[in-house]
Amino acid sequence: MSGIPHDKYEPKSKAEKWLHVRLPIVGLIYDTIMIPTPKNLNWMWIWGIVLAFTLVLQIITGVVLAMHYNVGDAFRSVEQIMRDVRYGWLIRYVHMNGASLFFIAVYLHIFRGLYYGSYKSPREVTWIIGMLIYLAMMATGFLGYVLPWGQMSFWGATVITGLFGAIPGIGESVQAWLLGGPAVDTQALNRFFSLHYLLPFVIVALVALHIWAFHTTGNSNPTGVEVRRGSKAEVEKDTLPFWPYFVIKDLYALVVVLVVFAAVVGFMPNFLGEPDNYILANPLVTPPEIVPEWYYLPFYAILRAFTDDVWAVQFAGFISGGIIDAKFFGVIAMFGSIFVMALAPWLDTSKTRSGRYRPAFRFFFWILAFDFMFLMWLGSRPAEEPYSSLALVGSAYWFGYFLVILPLLGLFETPKAPPETIEADFDSHYPPKPAE
Amino acid sequence: MSHAEEKGTRRDFLYVATASTGAVAVGAAVWPLIDQMNASAAVEALSSKEVDISAIDRGTQLTVKWQGKPIFIRRRTEEEIAMGRETALTDLPDPTSQNKNKWALDASDANRTLDEAGEWLVMVGVCTHLGCIPLGDGLGDFGGWFCPCHGSHYDTAGRIRKGPAPLNLLVPVNAFLSDTVVKLG
Repeated sequence: MSGIPHDKYEPKSKAEKWLHVRLPIVGLIYDTIMIPTPKNLNWMWIWGIVLAFTLVLQIITGVVLAMHYNVGDAFRSVEQIMRDVRYGWLIRYVHMNGASLFFIAVYLHIFRGLYYGSYKSPREVTWIIGMLIYLAMMATGFLGYVLPWGQMSFWGATVITGLFGAIPGIGESVQAWLLGGPAVDTQALNRFFSLHYLLPFVIVALVALHIWAFHTTGNSNPTGVEVRRGSKAEVEKDTLPFWPYFVIKDLYALVVVLVVFAAVVGFMPNFLGEPDNYILANPLVTPPEIVPEWYYLPFYAILRAFTDDVWAVQFAGFISGGIIDAKFFGVIAMFGSIFVMALAPWLDTSKTRSGRYRPAFRFFFWILAFDFMFLMWLGSRPAEEPYSSLALVGSAYWFGYFLVILPLLGLFETPKAPPETIEADFDSHYPPKPAE
Repeated sequence: MSHAEEKGTRRDFLYVATASTGAVAVGAAVWPLIDQMNASAAVEALSSKEVDISAIDRGTQLTVKWQGKPIFIRRRTEEEIAMGRETALTDLPDPTSQNKNKWALDASDANRTLDEAGEWLVMVGVCTHLGCIPLGDGLGDFGGWFCPCHGSHYDTAGRIRKGPAPLNLLVPVNAFLSDTVVKLG
């Protein structure tokens, strides 16, 4: 790993030297875990470890569940896992709620990046890869939710693949291609299982790139001030090695998070789920309300917000000669809402990285955070007034924040001066003891 | 590469020829992997179905499963027929009949039904928004169907009137085989 100067791995024993000449893997691991890390990282910098842990947890529990899952008799095999397989109930509940833990952590991780400007130059590639991981997570979560073959599984699959059916002209054939037939059925379930098994390994690869990218640029930190790189002595004033300092801190945080997680798995494992998913899938009956899992709700609200009577939809329909209808517009808006977030590094014009020194930015940021929760709530409401209009307001703010507020704010606001160095920031919190 | 050579060298030709052959070979190898995801022969074989409609009373509907989707076969009341026929075409967001038996006609009530009298209405019971099943029996603001997922309202002829769905409910290929049997597909 290039980047910040620090002590590199030096093989000592004869065996180490032998291996190092042939495959420098120990050196790679050493340089990765010994990376100089800004010593002022706060508690919002723990979510990366939580996410890495959760990814491994999901893969292990998932591989085990796949030993007992049967696509041909999906609903019953899941019930058998719950009732007959030794510890099956535990493994499935961990896997089920593990998905929620994954998304809670990723949302905190993303909003931390938005607040502290972690996405800004030179960390754009880290940010983009992060967005790709997030998209892959959403796809994996969706595919996994279909596997138990309950009512919500079935109808969720119908609605989501219907998004592809909204593409003008080719939509219907794309949807039939995805499903392997005219409607969601066992052949669709079979391929969803295959892809649900595949995608987590794609995520592992993307996570490796994500880590590689930010190890090249160095971690961001709450001040947004870069680590001084003039010499190793300078670096050591601003940083501490990741191992053991940050590993121990992160593990402590992980333990706290896992205590809460264990309580949810043990005492309220179905709290975040939908009771309708314990009813066998029935293609002839739509549940009274199709509600996606909580982590999709903000984007679901954006999807539904754009109906025929919205001027933006009518305008898009007019200039495209009717090709873009309300349905397709909603799909574009939903994917667009993640796309504009991925563009944040180029939309944010402010030279000051961290929101800590941007009072005006902070105001709009917290509205965005509130907007996210608000859209999440709206996504769980039925599609009727006043929720539809409110969802439109919420969606408008989401796009407005990235496309209007971020570009303009950098030009008009007056940021406060960040500290000169990370060391100065650290010392202001923890004054150095006078030398004895 | 092109110093003093205007036409391109023998080596340029080999590059282009090799790359083109390679592209064709990759395409040929990838295509089966893509096409395998389309409907298999077993799925396509289930493409038509005959339905006995003798037991359907006026004002009720039968829902049958065809191609994995619900088909609504409704025998409409005089009142429903009248409501459908009185609606002005200008009130319809989707002005086309969406009828596979009578393609490219306007969405007047008569272009939606199976018989001249307008008693029989056969439709794919899948909301044209995102594929939920609309609830029937006079629900919604227009006395027809209402989709609970995203709030689309269809009238007594299954035409979209309000909500996010862009199109009228699709009328599949269907015909009377006799007075009491309808063939789908």
